[in-house]
Amino acid sequence: MTQGALVWIEQFNGQPTAASWEALGAARTLAPDGPVIAAVFGQGVGDAAQEAIKRGADTVLLADDATLADYRFEPYVALLAQIVEEHQPAIVLAAATVAGREVMAGTAADVGGGLLTDVTELSLEGGKLQAVRPVLGGKALSVEAIVGDGSQFVTLRPRAFPASEPDENRSGEVVAVQPPLAEDAIATKIEATQETGGAISLTDATIIVSGGRGVGGPDGFGPLRELADALGAAVGASRAAVDAGWIPYEHQVGQTGKVVAPDLYIAVGISGAIQHQAGMRTAKVIVAINKDPEAPIFKLARYGIVGDLFEVLPALTEALRQRLG
Amino acid sequence: MDFTLSEEHLMAQQMVRDFAEKEIAPTIADWDRRHEVNPDILPRMAELGILGINIPVRYGGQGFDYITLALVCEELERVDTSLRVIMSVHMGLNSMALLQWGTEEQKQRFLVPQAQGEQIAAYALTEPDAGSDPVSLRATARREGDTYILNGEKMWISLATKADNILVFAKTDPHAEPAHRGITAFMITRDMKGVTTGDIHGKLGVRAGSTGWVAMQDVEVPTEYRIGEEGEGFYIAMSCLDNGRYTVGAGAVGLIRACLEESVKYANERHTFGQPIGHHQLIKQKIAYMQQWYDAARLLILRAGWLKNQGQRNTRETAVAKWFATDMSVKAGLEAVQLHGAYGFSDEYPVERYLRNAKGAVIYEGSSEIQQLIQADYALGYRTDRPLRCELPAYDADFWQSE
Amino acid sequence: MHVVVITKSTPDTAAAVTVQGDGTIDWGDSLVVNPWDEYAITEAVLLKGNHNGTATILTVGGEEQQEALKHGLAIGCDQAIRVWDDALAGADSFAYAEAVAAAIRKLGDVDLVIFGREFADTATDQHIYQVARKLGWTMLGSVANIEALDASAKTIRVARMIEHGTQTISSKLPAVISVLKDINEPKYPTFIGIRKAAKAEIPVWSAGDLGLDAAALQPRAEHVRYQALPAREGAVEIIEGASAQEKAAKLVDKLLEEKVL
Repeated sequence: MTQGALVWIEQFNGQPTAASWEALGAARTLAPDGPVIAAVFGQGVGDAAQEAIKRGADTVLLADDATLADYRFEPYVALLAQIVEEHQPAIVLAAATVAGREVMAGTAADVGGGLLTDVTELSLEGGKLQAVRPVLGGKALSVEAIVGDGSQFVTLRPRAFPASEPDENRSGEVVAVQPPLAEDAIATKIEATQETGGAISLTDATIIVSGGRGVGGPDGFGPLRELADALGAAVGASRAAVDAGWIPYEHQVGQTGKVVAPDLYIAVGISGAIQHQAGMRTAKVIVAINKDPEAPIFKLARYGIVGDLFEVLPALTEALRQRLG
Repeated sequence: MDFTLSEEHLMAQQMVRDFAEKEIAPTIADWDRRHEVNPDILPRMAELGILGINIPVRYGGQGFDYITLALVCEELERVDTSLRVIMSVHMGLNSMALLQWGTEEQKQRFLVPQAQGEQIAAYALTEPDAGSDPVSLRATARREGDTYILNGEKMWISLATKADNILVFAKTDPHAEPAHRGITAFMITRDMKGVTTGDIHGKLGVRAGSTGWVAMQDVEVPTEYRIGEEGEGFYIAMSCLDNGRYTVGAGAVGLIRACLEESVKYANERHTFGQPIGHHQLIKQKIAYMQQWYDAARLLILRAGWLKNQGQRNTRETAVAKWFATDMSVKAGLEAVQLHGAYGFSDEYPVERYLRNAKGAVIYEGSSEIQQLIQADYALGYRTDRPLRCELPAYDADFWQSE
Repeated sequence: MHVVVITKSTPDTAAAVTVQGDGTIDWGDSLVVNPWDEYAITEAVLLKGNHNGTATILTVGGEEQQEALKHGLAIGCDQAIRVWDDALAGADSFAYAEAVAAAIRKLGDVDLVIFGREFADTATDQHIYQVARKLGWTMLGSVANIEALDASAKTIRVARMIEHGTQTISSKLPAVISVLKDINEPKYPTFIGIRKAAKAEIPVWSAGDLGLDAAALQPRAEHVRYQALPAREGAVEIIEGASAQEKAAKLVDKLLEEKVL
């Protein structure tokens, strides 16, 4: 009999990811009567298991093993599939990160369950998961549902669901589990890991912070870059800023620069002339920050702040750091 | 009548479109603004096989037909005229002349490396004092045993400083009666002693293109490099124009399309009086004409290409297509600039470059005035086509595609 | 060495999209090769060239998929296969993976299966990982570079992009990989390839040809309907507040509601 929810908690270097708590929060919402089981894989991840309980898991299945120290597809899938088959949860959730998408898809395939991936809305209709997810370059939404019996798998788009908050008074049990694959049965070996803060390309970026004439000079891009860092965003620019030599041409957005279509476009000190609009008007949400309330960009934007960008940007960066962690 | 283009036509067209859009379009306005040639273009076109698109595989080419050449020129000029000019001189005026008039040895010596893109080709008929009246050209070719000694100066020669092989026309008999029978065609190479070349700057348009002059001072050319027979040069030159004009007209079709596409985009984005300007009737009129000119010009060019594929003489049909397409490309440029308003007057948008480029094509390869005389003379019966000693070969897929 | 690249034609994401009242969608029917697949196809052709092997391009879909296959042939793949059956009409990733895995087994002697990172239209990648599981092969996703590949020793080493950086991973062949844009510069079709593609007769493999029955192809998930994005109100919402901090906090709230952070 399938019941309750199972959440795969992702960790990197022993730190659980923020998105995992969003999955745990969703699990509690969908299975309010529980049981909600968290699965934690890694090495030396006892603390992560404890936090999972504080954040809403009734039970944590903790697989603490050298073979699981770093994420690898085959051992993680084998273990999660084993857990799902043993515990038969009604729903299995994880964040739709790179690893989350792989592990959940592989596990769903192994146990024969349906999978909805990268969803932004989620509900249960007659015991079956139904979800909404953006498709066609974010221009439409697709409503999808699980059919058939068995465990139902879903991965949640990071930042689309609220994270469950920790409750220091919560308690639960931590159960040790053994991974089914020994190291010599695992073909994939990680030779090296290089952590980098690589620059995100404009055309791939889901968030772009762009600066224009209002930025005033190359130094003006400083607060802009800090905001971009806090957002994990790429940095763009209007032609005015590029022509003035404040930022290289590869950052130019617009008619004679790049055409971008991010989820969020923040235009800072950009008036919004038609040639710039041509490069960014299909962004899902446009925010304009400009001290001139008559600037054309406000006609295109969804949200606007009229003010001095040198005050607004640091305030925004700080607010984001506080809220997103 | 089957107007459909084959899958090969469409795929080849798409490939050239993708290349031109991805690799050339992003920076071409910049090169144009600086009056400089992007040095990456010729090697890339060579690498991709574009420089030999309609030459038989056995002669180093890609084995596609003459219609494909038109489609390729349309896509190249849509991005910038300078790209299509390369095809006009390298392929239309020079390589196809070898296909039509060259001996087997000359095909091996020149056509093969040209089709493979390993050597670049150009065409030098025009002189400072001889444009519309090529018969009055002054370059001479004095025969001495197995060698011709060439002297003269050619001007407005595209790829003059880039070409390896140049098809030049000079008088072996400056006193011939009639005068045109004194002209002979030769292939010279730029590394021959006595050949100097230089660039011409300050053009109104095609500023990203290479245009220059070729000077010949006692250049020794072996008889093996004489194309066709002595006294046949004028007929060869005119037949070259059948192919050069074809590429110019095909390119102009692409230019009209560029004007149309940019105008449609702008008309949908720009708002006046509370709505996109595409809703205003006088703007609609401009768009409508550009559409009409594109449709008509394209069909005229494709008809000429079809005739070439059949191996049928197409001098008149190609000439009328070039005349119409180039004239309309100037008008399309004017309408596009006007439609863009003040932005059309700025180089921030490409339409002013289209207009400046279009103005060249109504001057070269037979000015529009010359084209009118040609059409009238055909219609009035003052001009008929006599068979040439060598005709442009009909497209034969088996022959073109086999090794 | 035999490489198989899997592709699909997808709606052009540049096209205007309208969701109809009945939950269907209209995008104008212009299809393009899935943009990520350009990199996968090029990688397959590069690998076959470097290792003296062959490349097969494969798709699951109806006749509208022909163009993507021809595109692959024009770039340099040696053969193309289309898998289709009415039983696949409502296929989810599970059924799709079943069909692809069966096709790979039927081809036989395959060393590497290459996917583009995701299908751009549905923004999904789960089919890749599920194909790997159906085959029981190594799966290496988000590959930015193939550093080494030895078809006879059956080993592979790749650089893989994860959220936090890059990993160098070695594993065994046969393997299923998905590739990112970093991996290569997509090739253009060659003119010779275009001619070959235009002339190609592409075989179609049915469920029966793959030894699959309807039960094996039962989907576990389904698409119910499309929904339009919430309507963008005309006027901009100017965020008010006593201080920059107050305005900033309100904006962050709004952006979290919009789910764009």
